[in-house]
Amino acid sequence: MATKTGIAAPAGAAQTAATLSNEEILRYSRHLIMPEVGMEGQLKLKRAKVLLIGTGGLGAPLGLYLAAAGVGRIGVVDFDKIDFTNLQRQVMFGTSDVGRPKIEAAAERMAGINPEIRLDRYETALTSENALDIMRDYDIVVDGTDNFPTRYLVNDACVLLGKPNVYGSIFRFEGQASIFGAPGGPCYRCLYPEPPPPGLVPSCAEGGVLGVLPGIIGSIQAMETLKLILGKGEPLIGRLLLFDALGMKFRELKLRKNPECPVCGEHPTVTKLIDYVEFCGIRGEEAAAPASTVPEMTPRELKARLDRGDDLYVLDVREPHEYQICNIGGHLIPLGDLSRRVNELDSSREIVAHCRSGKRSAEAAEFLRKAGFKKLWNLKGGILAWSDEVDPTVPKY
Amino acid sequence: MAIKVMIPTPLRAYTEKKDSVELQAGTVGEALAALTSQFSELKKHLYAEDGRLRSFVNVYLNDEDIRYLQKDKTLVNDGDTISIVPSIAGGSLHVG
Repeated sequence: MATKTGIAAPAGAAQTAATLSNEEILRYSRHLIMPEVGMEGQLKLKRAKVLLIGTGGLGAPLGLYLAAAGVGRIGVVDFDKIDFTNLQRQVMFGTSDVGRPKIEAAAERMAGINPEIRLDRYETALTSENALDIMRDYDIVVDGTDNFPTRYLVNDACVLLGKPNVYGSIFRFEGQASIFGAPGGPCYRCLYPEPPPPGLVPSCAEGGVLGVLPGIIGSIQAMETLKLILGKGEPLIGRLLLFDALGMKFRELKLRKNPECPVCGEHPTVTKLIDYVEFCGIRGEEAAAPASTVPEMTPRELKARLDRGDDLYVLDVREPHEYQICNIGGHLIPLGDLSRRVNELDSSREIVAHCRSGKRSAEAAEFLRKAGFKKLWNLKGGILAWSDEVDPTVPKY
Repeated sequence: MAIKVMIPTPLRAYTEKKDSVELQAGTVGEALAALTSQFSELKKHLYAEDGRLRSFVNVYLNDEDIRYLQKDKTLVNDGDTISIVPSIAGGSLHVG
């Protein structure tokens, strides 16, 4: 269940406050001296209520900048705990925060930046059951999530509640930003009616993100949020901003409201929140993963057999840059090259395929089985399990 | 017409890592057909089995969504840019 804790300023202070204290005037002076913000704008910020969903890569600049700018009430939703792999991009957190709930560290950091604001903490996953209740109190919702089910949930809930949804999304070196669900504007489903099937979502071989990228896209979301509150400038409504970090290029595409949109169209078919995990097929992911008939070998079994001197061909189907991080002495043929290089393999030998976690190697083994190989194994749990069960000096990534 | 097709990061795995491809075509449909015949792996990521563009992939001619033009039949001009824009979500895709 959601735990809601107002901290810093007394509850309700932000809504009723009509003035700024002398300390606040000093704090916001670089806003106040700009006519585009001024006292009127700063009071708008103080009266504004923004819900931030996710405190990760996008959430970091969002949380920091919205708090610093003096958005009077900020709700924060997250259920995750901080781990070491977050620190490369989630700059709200420090090394000593590893293991702590994200929401706790985020609220502490935001309150530290600006004790004048009210923070509502929701230590929960956003779900179809709680989304409308949590979102109802806020003027603007900012989507800092990293997965399709929550993305569609946030979109649909915003449309149903009539609240603008400041959207950002990242992948490796590129990002997208827009504002959905604004009056008259398109929603995320106008752009993408359906999510990609799980099988076509990139695997970890193609995943990853350059640490600065969420900082850039999250900062754009923070800027658009402030503009919406202030009512200044041209918001990213009906426009999709594309950012390519490698080429260092911004491009802009037109977004139209789709009259046939299932959520915000003229005859909506989605009139209440649905099961988004099912909608995005994540639950069916295991079933959708190649139903491999290749038997699995545990890391301990592999170690025992190698120690015994059995003639095993260990096939590593990861990418070369992953091999450089760590390896267990396997022969490297990336999954994508396997069909081209299959003639390098000797079908008379026993082959044990492995990858990072076991998914790509299952695919590889299945491919080899269909190609006529008979003595095949898939290393259960991949190199991660090898590190856990056999050799902890092999780093996990 | 000589046009350029912009390839998004998630699909570059199927275009020999190219971020854009220059080719000759008269319509958007011809351009995509030329692209997928050059890079056959790309086809299943762009089109569903029924031959329609996948609903999480949008195609733009310059800055306009082809769904609001003449779709595949939209005529192209010299120097036009076609963009393939798939939905993306986050950087913690640890499924493999």
